[in-house]
Amino acid sequence: MLRVEGLKVGVDGKEIIHGVSLSIGVGETHVLFGPNGSGKTTLLMAIMGFPRYRVTEGRIFFKGEDITHFPVNERAGLGIGIAFQRPPVVRGVKTRDVVKACLGDREDGAVVEEMAARLNLVELMDREVNHGFSGGELKRSELLQLIAQSPELVLLDEPDSGVDLVNISLVGGMINELLQKDRMRTRTHSGLIITHTGHILDYVNADKAYVFLNGLLWCQGNPRELLASIKSHGYEGCAVCQK
Amino acid sequence: MSKIVRRQAEDIDLEAYSQRAEEHPYEEDPSQLPADEKGRMAEAGVVLDDPSQRSGTFLQIDHSVVHSKAWEEGLEVMASTEALKRYPWLSDYWWRAVAVDADKFTAEAERHQNHGYFIRALPGVKAIHPLQACLYLAQHGLAQNVHNLIIVEEGSELHIITGCTTAPRLEIEGLHIGISEFYVKRGAKLTFTMIHNWAPRMAVRPRTGVIIEEGGVFLNNYICLKPVGSLQMYPTARCVGENAIVRFNSVLMASPGTRMDVGSRAILSARGSRAEIISRAVTTGGSIIARGHLVGEVPDVKGHLECRGLILAKEGSIHAIPELDGRVADVALSHEAAVGKIAEEELEYLMARGLSRSEAVAVIVRGFLSVDIEGLPPQLEAQLQRAIELSEKEIL
Repeated sequence: MLRVEGLKVGVDGKEIIHGVSLSIGVGETHVLFGPNGSGKTTLLMAIMGFPRYRVTEGRIFFKGEDITHFPVNERAGLGIGIAFQRPPVVRGVKTRDVVKACLGDREDGAVVEEMAARLNLVELMDREVNHGFSGGELKRSELLQLIAQSPELVLLDEPDSGVDLVNISLVGGMINELLQKDRMRTRTHSGLIITHTGHILDYVNADKAYVFLNGLLWCQGNPRELLASIKSHGYEGCAVCQK
Repeated sequence: MSKIVRRQAEDIDLEAYSQRAEEHPYEEDPSQLPADEKGRMAEAGVVLDDPSQRSGTFLQIDHSVVHSKAWEEGLEVMASTEALKRYPWLSDYWWRAVAVDADKFTAEAERHQNHGYFIRALPGVKAIHPLQACLYLAQHGLAQNVHNLIIVEEGSELHIITGCTTAPRLEIEGLHIGISEFYVKRGAKLTFTMIHNWAPRMAVRPRTGVIIEEGGVFLNNYICLKPVGSLQMYPTARCVGENAIVRFNSVLMASPGTRMDVGSRAILSARGSRAEIISRAVTTGGSIIARGHLVGEVPDVKGHLECRGLILAKEGSIHAIPELDGRVADVALSHEAAVGKIAEEELEYLMARGLSRSEAVAVIVRGFLSVDIEGLPPQLEAQLQRAIELSEKEIL
């Protein structure tokens, strides 16, 4: 589904990611752990294709196609979707308008309305997108947009940060839906999830996890084992471990 | 080094326009007017084929009143020239909200008046449907000087849609001077929505004054999304009664060649009065001066001014000039203004949802122009949306 080869990414002329390779198969979910400022978000933004995140070396393949220099909307059209950690307020544009944009030509309007109702987002549909939304509302609104978009590769940037206990199971349920976790053999959706705390792993099963440090994939392994190790030794422990 | 430009109103040579117009016959049934004329009027919010959604119609083409009728009881619609003859007491209202000697355009309208409308809601009358007025310029090179008067008597409520437009000829030139004096009496409410659909070589000089009495509400919506050669106006509402409320919403779009100088002024002269001025300006190459002026003359008044502009083309310019003028202590006047291009971050956010760049621009501009206009009846809301959608083609 996604293959990243020797990727280096710079932001405003400064290299943040110093050569990362990873590969996510069809139906797989991978998790990125790492301290603040380690470059996790930069990696996601570069995979999505935001111009500010410049690929200086390496390549990104999606479903076998080299998309390294594709514009962001073409990547979305091919089937990549992202939930932002801190989405911008778009003044005057209602959540409903954005959800409509996500639907594209598909006529699933009724499904989205039903989904919005289930996620307690009905009131937010007619508000300016992301304006004055609480932490939980932001996450749920982002996920609703992704459900409307139904991307094959789902990039989630800290879907569990700032979400209270009541909301986190709701958020987890949405992510499972996005990633078709109810299917075993026919699952076609893959995911790459950034989590700082690992809370989301109580709700969403992942196949593989990475520790991201200083713009590099430090190590990889079983998500629960890695999380347990980070919990007991901290990221400092990871750094020492490799040395 | 670039020059600092003082923003003076542009002058217009009155001698360049003709005072003589051909007569147009009165139409008992205005739906019989030619389809292309009706089409232009419909774009400006004036519907002639299905009058069931309106409580009355006033229609003036050049210097001729072509139709004038009210259907709902308690409403009066007629040419202001006729009203002056019928009601001698109108002298108490004529040139009382706008000064006749304010500038050369007011003087010109006094010297060479070509009708205009008189609309009145009798005390306590609450009109169900909006009343519509259309001022239409058909003759190339003409000066059309109208003087309008609206009186909303005590406790009454009225919505008025005014559509100003020209014959469907791009090259048409003309000058429209429109004096408008509105009186909102005690406890009355006037919602006035004006849609300007002029032509690229038209000069337009509206001069509007509004007087709002105790507990009265005046909601003014102004929409100008079509090219106009030179437009300059600064409607002024004066809250003279306690707890009077005024709200101005303006939605402006300037394409290349369009020059707009549009402001709204509220003078709060009585305790408890409140004002809100909101303007949204978009340029795709034209120049816009967006002014706003709040004056607090007495204590315990409140006003807010919000002016936002989007510059979508290199050649376009927006000069926002918000003014706050507190003349005593204990007034609360505030403003926020922002002018610039669409934030890249917002565009990319929508592009990540699959929209192309130009589609994302259109979504943002549509949202930007769709100000939430409180109290706008659904049919007017639909009208505004239609006007914005029509203008979208020009953005893309």
